[in-house]
Amino acid sequence: MSILVYLVPIALSLGLLGLAGFLWSLRTNQYEDLDGAAWRAIQDDDL
Amino acid sequence: MSTLASEPGMVAAVAATPPRRDWDAFTTADADGRRRLMLAVEGITCAACMGDIERGLGRLDGVASARVNLANRRVAVVYDPATVDPDAILARMEALHYPARPFDPTGIARPSETSRRLLRCLGVSGFGAMNVMLLSVSVWSGNVTDITPETRDFFHWMSALVAIPCVAYAAAPFYESAIAAIRRRAVNMDVPITIGVTLAMGLSLVNTLTHAHEAFFDSALMLLFFLLLGRFLDENMRRRTAVEAETLAVLRADSAVRVEPDGGLVEVPVSRVRPGDRVLVRPGEKVPVDGRVETGASELDTSLVTGETVPARVGAGDMVHAGTVNGFGSLTVTVTAAADGTLVAEIERLIGEAESAKSAHLRLADKAARLYAPVVHSAAALTFVGWMIAGLPWNDSLVIAIAVLIITCPCALALAIPAVQVVAAGRLFRNGVLLNAGDAIERLAAVDTIVFDKTGTLTTPEPTLVGPDAVDADVLRRAAAVALASRHPLARALAKAGGAVKPAEQVTEHPGEGVEAMVEGRTARLGSLDFCAVSQVRRLMEQSLNPTASFIAYREGAAEPVVFALAQTLKADAKATVAALRKLGCAIEILSGDRAEAVAEVARVLHVDEWIAEATPASKIARLNALKAAGRTVLMVGDGLNDAPSLAAAPVSLSPVSGAHLAQSAADAVFLGERLAPVRVALEVARAARRLMTENLWIAVVYNAIAVPVAVAGHVTPLVAALAMSGSSLIVTVNALRLRRVARPAAPARPAPAAEACPVPATIRETAR
Repeated sequence: MSILVYLVPIALSLGLLGLAGFLWSLRTNQYEDLDGAAWRAIQDDDL
Repeated sequence: MSTLASEPGMVAAVAATPPRRDWDAFTTADADGRRRLMLAVEGITCAACMGDIERGLGRLDGVASARVNLANRRVAVVYDPATVDPDAILARMEALHYPARPFDPTGIARPSETSRRLLRCLGVSGFGAMNVMLLSVSVWSGNVTDITPETRDFFHWMSALVAIPCVAYAAAPFYESAIAAIRRRAVNMDVPITIGVTLAMGLSLVNTLTHAHEAFFDSALMLLFFLLLGRFLDENMRRRTAVEAETLAVLRADSAVRVEPDGGLVEVPVSRVRPGDRVLVRPGEKVPVDGRVETGASELDTSLVTGETVPARVGAGDMVHAGTVNGFGSLTVTVTAAADGTLVAEIERLIGEAESAKSAHLRLADKAARLYAPVVHSAAALTFVGWMIAGLPWNDSLVIAIAVLIITCPCALALAIPAVQVVAAGRLFRNGVLLNAGDAIERLAAVDTIVFDKTGTLTTPEPTLVGPDAVDADVLRRAAAVALASRHPLARALAKAGGAVKPAEQVTEHPGEGVEAMVEGRTARLGSLDFCAVSQVRRLMEQSLNPTASFIAYREGAAEPVVFALAQTLKADAKATVAALRKLGCAIEILSGDRAEAVAEVARVLHVDEWIAEATPASKIARLNALKAAGRTVLMVGDGLNDAPSLAAAPVSLSPVSGAHLAQSAADAVFLGERLAPVRVALEVARAARRLMTENLWIAVVYNAIAVPVAVAGHVTPLVAALAMSGSSLIVTVNALRLRRVARPAAPARPAPAAEACPVPATIRETAR
């Protein structure tokens, strides 16, 4: 079971990556307008 | 009415050029010398609006970016001041049919730091809880199969490595609040939470060091995650209401026209006006500040300040108050600070007294915490002593005692009330009630007496035409056309009553008197009774017919003048709402600053027996205190500046969105719209919420009654703790959601109902909601 010594830290660092992503999205104000973002995706800007 | 004319030069300036806006005061600096402008926009309802605005503004030269925030109906525009004039941006918004107003940047609340911090803590504790739970589940299943002690220790050490920093970060808000409470020598819910989390972490560390089979790292993190979730939702709801209230305030236009030393006119945010400045108040405008009239004469509608519905005359040297509405004349006002002896100073003093005298309402959650903490902590202490006497070694007894603390850890208890509060605040928001105070819901539920102000609360804030059927329709139509050319509040009301869409031609304004115009080939005058030469006899007759009304006269050439009486009428649903409130078991009273005849009439129509007229701010408070002494819990509903002290003094208070600024900030909640129904909805939701809160507290008690004996007996493993904790949290949250059945809004109650104007198929709008 010594493989766990590598696998558990790897799993944890993947989790940390997710946390970092969340904090980044928070810092870049991505939760300020949850309604607008959904619509922006289907906006035709070239009309 | 007065016939004094204003300075001729001033009038010319009013007519010729609108005042320049001081754009530096309305914008903030952005990168590369650009400026950032924040606009509050009326009528943004859907994605199509967003596209229209962003494309429309983007095509304007010099606009670097325009971004609509659909959630709070604001537009952030970054522009290059060298290429484009901000006035052009507003003009473009107007052309797009989305009239906008600029925010005063000094007033905008920064995106709430508390809410962001809670979200960060939530993320950290969520990460920790999930990863530690994975490790814990491995240990639990290993414990009943063939895990080696080395692997278990390794897993426990990894858990500790994750849990310690995560708890240190995510529990900080609770630690701070608990320490603050202890410093005040009080106990709040955060004290047992803090003790529970600390002990769970300490025990787990000791267990890890001593190679024990079990550790409670996951319990501590899960507890934090659940609690932070509740707290974040609570904070978010509060922030949403604050943002909405701010947008509404901007749309109501709190700006002033300042007269510069060189005679120029500049529009500035009210926050930039200093004592000693001179401010121009044009006909029909709201007086933005308190001050003394320097030049000009007019009549002021003071109903928002004193409740008095008949306009008051003012001339040079008179004091005028913010919130009053100007009539036909232009006024130049020298701004004064709220000096002693003025009405505003008196009102502010009374508000200060009322707020300090208001006995601190003990929140239900804190009440529960005060009962909860000693009971649980003494239960844990007794468990420890009991097992010691029963002959267990001291460290094993301590483990069981700590398990008691962990299992009773106030997960259900601390979620029981916030969960209901969040759902209730959401319900109220959708029904057009914005909460200022978080605990207003609990206080609203206890109300048994409702005191209404009359003017602007029971009645419409704007006057309406009395007896429109008695007037010749053709005359009314022509008078309305002339009225449309004037900005006088009475003229506006007349224009609305006559349904005019096209203003009369060749309009000349006679400041302080009225307007003269050509309508359908005839010369017509609209204005004061003097201006239209109404005889003294006729005047007295009209006044005796409608003692509470204000009058405006209309005359075509030399024909007999027509007198229109305009009065404030009851809100459409006032009668039904008052009846419904009575059915809910509330006694109704009216306290008004208006004259006795006017109040008596309203009281008669609404079948209210208890009413007081000509009340001053101080006498209103006296009445509230008398009611309080009689053991009643009073809800005060008022809008005027003169109501502000009693709104602050009453156990709980509501103010309509048309109310004076000071009244709104003194009230516990603000309701939107022209109707009175939100008062009833607020009461219903609050009572249902209160019921659910009590229910949830009982659920928490029952949960503890089952869990504590199990823990005292020493049967609590981390697995049992995890199941019990999430189970109880789930139950109280689901119970809170039952509040969604109460007071479903009949129509989409978004404050800007302009959905018909949107070129989007109904099906798309439906899905958007």
